[in-house]
Amino acid sequence: MIAGKKLNIALHILFTIMAVCCLFPILLTLSISLSSNKSLVEFGYNIIPKEFSIEAYKFIFMDSTKILRAYGITIFNAVVGGTLSVLVIAHLAYPLSRADFKLRKPLTFFILFTMLFNGGSVATYMSITTIYHLQNNIWVMILPCMMNVWYVVVMRTFFKTGVPNAIIESGKLDGASELRILWQLVFPISLPGIATIALFQVLLYWNEWNLPLLYIVEPKLYNLQFLLQQMMQNIQMLNENPEFAQQAAAGMAEIPTEGARMALCFVAMGPILVTYPFFQKYFIQGLTVGSVKE
Amino acid sequence: MSVENTVTKKRKYKSFGDFVAKNRSQVPLTLMTLPAVILVIMFSYVPMFGIILAFKDFNVRDGIFGSPWSGLANFTYLFKSNDAFMMLRNTLGYNLLFLTLGTALNVTLAIAISLLRGKWGKKIYQTIYIMPHFLSMVIVSYLVLSLLNMEHGFMNNTVLPLLGLDPVNWYTAKGPWPFILPIVNFWKWTGYSSIMYIAAIAGIDSGLYEAAAIDGATLPKQIWHITLPSLRTLICIQIILNVGSILGGDFGLYYQVPMNSGAIKDVTTTIPVYVFKNLTSGSADTLGLASATSFLQSIVGCILVVSTNKIVDKISGGENSLF
Repeated sequence: MIAGKKLNIALHILFTIMAVCCLFPILLTLSISLSSNKSLVEFGYNIIPKEFSIEAYKFIFMDSTKILRAYGITIFNAVVGGTLSVLVIAHLAYPLSRADFKLRKPLTFFILFTMLFNGGSVATYMSITTIYHLQNNIWVMILPCMMNVWYVVVMRTFFKTGVPNAIIESGKLDGASELRILWQLVFPISLPGIATIALFQVLLYWNEWNLPLLYIVEPKLYNLQFLLQQMMQNIQMLNENPEFAQQAAAGMAEIPTEGARMALCFVAMGPILVTYPFFQKYFIQGLTVGSVKE
Repeated sequence: MSVENTVTKKRKYKSFGDFVAKNRSQVPLTLMTLPAVILVIMFSYVPMFGIILAFKDFNVRDGIFGSPWSGLANFTYLFKSNDAFMMLRNTLGYNLLFLTLGTALNVTLAIAISLLRGKWGKKIYQTIYIMPHFLSMVIVSYLVLSLLNMEHGFMNNTVLPLLGLDPVNWYTAKGPWPFILPIVNFWKWTGYSSIMYIAAIAGIDSGLYEAAAIDGATLPKQIWHITLPSLRTLICIQIILNVGSILGGDFGLYYQVPMNSGAIKDVTTTIPVYVFKNLTSGSADTLGLASATSFLQSIVGCILVVSTNKIVDKISGGENSLF
């Protein structure tokens, strides 16, 4: 099914317009972050900076330990959370992919059931705060989303289709333990699958702000996304209650200039935007493998 | 191997020692699954029991299981409040729109991209359209703010003056939000959700189209009679998977993008936002409201998934259902 010449040109025009609309807000933010504060106040936001300046980025990287700290927390969550979660998921997905694993069916039901029914946000919140007492603990941003049923299913499919049974059997014949078979035989030939899940999870941890919103009060533990969220909340509070403005004069210093805010946004999304086109192949692979019906 | 397996299946274990001996090989594989199983128990199964909170008068001192029962008090309180109707209308309205129009948009985009000649165009457009999906809702809310800011935003500063219109105070005007939220949602999701359909279309046997073309089928006819029928299973599965969140949805879209502005809360408050606000306000009354709402959300979501699956199963004769 291929378009005729005329239709092809029409589609290209339509798609180009859509692409510009799609990218416009991102480019606008970039332009704001590269404009001098004076020009923003005078002319408002423009798609091309009226007065070019990198003061906003200087502020972020030179003057604010708070922002650097939040960046550190974000990187920690993404690296540690991403690694641990891919390990946890793989160690469940591998046995589930083995036909000779006797608990395969009950365990599959056990995890798939959670996709159908869940306790809801209130019960989850109460469990985490009154039973596990994880509030204001860095692990509260990592543990609750470490397991993902969907990715277990995807990874199981990867193992099932990508790992020949003969390899596992040969490992057994040589007397290797199950753990050793997984690490030294199965993992090396499943790297694309593992990379796919790792990318999904790293991205999830990088963009996490719901969990800190619920469980983190301590400013030391703010990650980048949550710092941005809190900033927006402060701006909105001042907008709705102008009388607080004087009271919050000390707090006002906490809210950076418009340019700096957008620069911070860009710093937060930059690594994703730059690296993702290279990883796109894996994302698409992960998505399409998961949709294979057993 | 297979003969051995069938034998153990038929015969019961003679003794406990026999059971241990026959299943020793299963131990390492079982141990491997433990970390994941513990996480699932902690963050999925324990909260399932916590759902009884909806029928309790919760206080922190006694905890989830020790707090006194309150019967249906939380639910009567919820349905007496004026908020119940408003948030139900918003939640269902937005989510049904996202499910129906969203699916239509995903499929349309996938078909249109698949029509393009050449590989590069397809790849570049796809890369651009997927991009918004990788941004968090906090970032998205800043992007929206850069467009809608009252004093300096692009809309009030450039677009509206060009059209000869007066600036609008977007974060206090109710009117535009039922349009802004869907636009943001489709901007963020359409490119990403169309990936699966594009892959499915690429998998269709091109011989079908060639045969149809020889028989004189025009392009729209080919799409209608070949492409759409082959996407049916995928569309059904996507709908079954998404129908469960019809009483939920993306918290960030409704809470963060409108900047939690009080003036427009009539058109932005949905169930996830309502639950969050009542959960974090700190009073016992609102906690009851939150847990009752959250309970209904879980139960109705579960019923919807199972029944949609059943309906699809009936209609398609077991072909397009998920389980």
